[in-house]
This record gives sequence, C-alpha cells and structure tokens, in this order.
Amino acid sequence: MSTTAIAGPVTKAATGATPPKKRAVPYRTISWIVPALLLLAWELLARSGVIAPEVLPAPSSVGTTAWHLTETGELPHHLWESLQRAAIGLAVGAGVGLVLGVLTGFSKLAEAIVDRNIQIVRAIPFLAILPLVMVWFGVGESGRYFLVALGTMFPIYLNTVLGIRQVDPRLLEMGRVAGLSRINLVRAAILPGALPSILLGLRLALTNAWLALVIAETVGAPAGIGFMATNAREFLQTDVIVLVIVLYALIGLTTDLIARGLERRLLAWHPNYAPSGGRK
Amino acid sequence: MSTVLAEKITRRYGDRTVLHELDLAIERGEFVALLGKSGCGKTTLLRALAGLDPVDGGTLEVPQRRTVVFQEHRLLPWWKVWRNVAIGLPRATARAKAQSALEEVGLADHADAWPVTLSGGEAQRVALARALVREPELLLLDEPFAALDALTRIKMHGLVRDLTRRHRPAVLLVTHDVDEAILLADRVLTMREGRIAAVHEVSAGARERGSAPFAALRGTLLGELGVTE
Ligand SMILES: Nc1ncnc2c1ncn2[C@@H]1O[C@H](COP(=O)(O)OP(=O)(O)OP(=O)(O)O)[C@@H](O)[C@H]1O
Ligand SMILES: [Mg+2]
Repeated sequence: MSTTAIAGPVTKAATGATPPKKRAVPYRTISWIVPALLLLAWELLARSGVIAPEVLPAPSSVGTTAWHLTETGELPHHLWESLQRAAIGLAVGAGVGLVLGVLTGFSKLAEAIVDRNIQIVRAIPFLAILPLVMVWFGVGESGRYFLVALGTMFPIYLNTVLGIRQVDPRLLEMGRVAGLSRINLVRAAILPGALPSILLGLRLALTNAWLALVIAETVGAPAGIGFMATNAREFLQTDVIVLVIVLYALIGLTTDLIARGLERRLLAWHPNYAPSGGRK
Repeated sequence: MSTVLAEKITRRYGDRTVLHELDLAIERGEFVALLGKSGCGKTTLLRALAGLDPVDGGTLEVPQRRTVVFQEHRLLPWWKVWRNVAIGLPRATARAKAQSALEEVGLADHADAWPVTLSGGEAQRVALARALVREPELLLLDEPFAALDALTRIKMHGLVRDLTRRHRPAVLLVTHDVDEAILLADRVLTMREGRIAAVHEVSAGARERGSAPFAALRGTLLGELGVTE
C-alpha cells in the first residue's frame, strides 16, 4: 500500500514535465485562430450577399464606419459623454458603497442601522427601478448618474463589508500588542486586509456600471454611445449598431484590464496576485 | 523588585474557572518558563499579562513596555519585513531600528522581502525582532517554537538565550517542551488547576543537557505533568 503511494508520484514527476508543454502551444494558437476564422467567414458571407447588410454588415464596413465617425468627431463626442457618465456614476456609487461598507464593517450600530436596508433593496434587480427613476428625474442627466451609482454601490458595499470581516483577528491582536492606535490599526491591518475583496467588488461594479449605462442611454439620452445605437436603429444603420456593440465590448475589456493591473500593483504582496507567484 | 506581580488573579469563562487565585512574581531580567497540561490556562495567563484579556479578580501589575511572540508569526503580509519589525515605532528612526533588530536575528538581508517568501523559522525570527525592537521590560512567549522543526528549534534556543541575555527583559515562556524550559529558564513553573503548582530554580549544572541534575529535574517536571517515561 505505502509503496504504491510513494511510487505513484515519483514516476509521474519523472515523466510529467513535458506533456503539458506539448499541449500548450496548439491550445493558444487554436484559441486565437478560431475567432479569426469566424470573422473571416462573416466578412465573406456579408460580401457575397448571403447575409444582407441590413441584418449584419461586414466587419470591414463596420471598421469604415468607425473611421468615418471618428473623422467627423461624432464618435469621440459620444464616447466621451458615455465615459464621463460612467465615471461620475461610478465615483458616487463606489464612494457611497465604500463609506457604508467601512462603517458597517467597523461598527455594530452602523450595521444595525444600514445593513438590513441594503440587503432588502439589493434584492431588487437594480434595473427594475428604471421606470421610477424616469419619473423621479425625468430625462435629465441626474437620473442616469443615479442608475449607474445604484448599480455600482452594492457590489462595493458588500465586498467591503466582507473584506473587513475576513481580516485575520490574530493580526488585529498583534497590532494592539504593538500599541497601534485605532486609526493606525485601520491603516495598517484592516484596509490592506480587506483590499483584495474591495477590488473584486470594484470589478463587479464596473460590469454593473456598463450595464446601467446601456439601459440609461437607450432611454432618452441626448448623447452617448447608447444614444448612437438608438438613433441608428431608427435609420436601420446596422453598421453603427454593431460598432456600438463592439465599443461596449472594448470598454468592458479595457476597464477589466485596468482593474486587474490595479490588483497586481496593490496586491503585490499577495501570493495569488504576485507576478512571480508567491515565494521567490 | 518585581517586574510582574500578580496576586490572586482569577479568570472565568462562563462558569468554568481557568485561573483560580493565581500568584506570580517575575523579577527584572528573570527568565521564567511555564509548563502545564494542554488546556490548563497557560495562554489565558499570558494573555492577561499582555493586557489582551481582562482578569475577573485579583490585582495585576505589569510594566508598560511589553511584547508578545505568538506561536504563529503574525506578520502583516502586505508589509515588507522591515516595516513589520518597525510597526508602531516613530517614523524617523523606524528603518534604522528595524534594520539593527533584523541584524540581531541574522536576517539583515531579508529586510525588503515580503513575509510570504520567508520560511517558518525565518518568519518566527522576524517576529522575535519585532518584539525586541521595542525594548520590552516584559517579553511574553507563547510556544514560539512549537511549529518549528527540531533543528531550527535548537538554533532558536541559542538565539533567544543570547538576545535575552543582552537585552535583559523579564521573560515568561509558555512551552510544552520540558527540555526547552530547563535549557532556557532561570525558574520553571508548573501550572495545575488554575494555579502555580510548583516552582523549580534551575541550577547552572542542570542546563547541561544529559547531566545528572538535568535528568533529575526533567524527571520531576514530567512527573508533575503526569507523564511517566
Ligand atoms: N475564549 C474562550 N472562551 C471559552 N473558553 C475558553 C476561551 N479561551 C480559552 N478557554 C478555555 O480555557 C481553558 C484554558 O485555555 P488556555 O488556552 O489558556 O490553555 P493552554 O494551557 O494554553 O492550553 P494549550 O497548552 O493547549 O495551549 C481551556 O479549557 C479552554 O477551553
Ligand atoms: Mg496555549
């Protein structure tokens, strides 16, 4: 029994070094080739007229449209509007979520006052209150900020509370032994310990921010990429619609990359995030 | 003059009395080891002396400057090693003091490492440096070597002996290792039923591992702990 248990891993270790490497190369290549081929097929089908341009324009014509709209300054204008909207909404939502989360994480009283309310409101899908938001704020800008803020607040709040709860109490005790004041304890032990969780909350919040923006801009916004798409729908400009969809995807990818970069920088100490993977 | 003076201290958890009118005095610069069965209240006593837990009765006098080394190193993983050592020190001198403390435990070149990159023994040495850098009058050690391998532990014994001789804090070492207690301490206490049950001065001759006085004291202590070899 014990001999097989020892022998097993040993033989594996001797031969196991090469196979994963052999597989790794085609995996990467294939994972990029397939989407490229699909794009090519789409292009060919669209050009040969199998897919009508009103249904789905060729990727190249979407590209041309993008170039054209950039030249006229229309695309940068709308993109800027959208980014500004998202940034303001996110700043408000993340700020409120962080402050409430920190309060709840620290104080039993704050938890008693805040937490259940948030849990109840959170049960509502935040997009469900869209009609109410429109009644409250009309078609003005503040309603859109509100919607984005609402969508970003909850993930930040929840993950901040969770992060603070998960800080190792033994480290807090050590801080007390070292004579740290309460404020220094927060700075030294609590916030850094909660940071991985807070950053995860931020990533979830970014997803929600774009979702809120799509909805908010499709209903009565005077500018923004969502407005572009709605406008294009009226005139059956599928190339613009597809362009907007691609833009949303690019924005989502970019913000996720930024968030990951932030994680790598701020969590350099963390074995799960460190570029070298923990022990040197 | 005693650095630590505990008189009839009592500590209860619910209706269970863990410390029962316990008396304890530790002189300045004295190294005391505390033995006792698991669950007899050693950690409870140590935490009371550290000011981490209150006592329910009795009087307790401890010095202002006291530090603890726990069984786990308890280093903040998001701070480099030197900042961990310097935690809570005034900024101006922090780096220099941390550096010299790390030199004392032989880890000067790890000052800028992340704690996760340290081995168990190295991390525990950093914890020791963190405790010593504040020049404590009372150093409390709660099984600080229990998680280390036998060879590392022997090295740590030498290190702790040197450091405590140089800095002369009063030391209370909680341990399960009878040999360790005899080798390091001036006085070995055993604890039973919430009290100090016996006190043994360790003569210089008894610190020689394998000598007759060593064996005799070892046998006595094991007997008091209810172990027969
Ligand atoms: N927070 C607590 N709540 C309730 N009971 C506790 C608590 N902490 C300790 N005890 C009890 O007090 C008793 C003494 O615990 P203590 O940790 O002091 O033992 P110990 O001598 O350090 O044991 P060990 O050698 O295993 O570390 C134990 O019976 C334990 O169950
Ligand atoms: Mg204990």
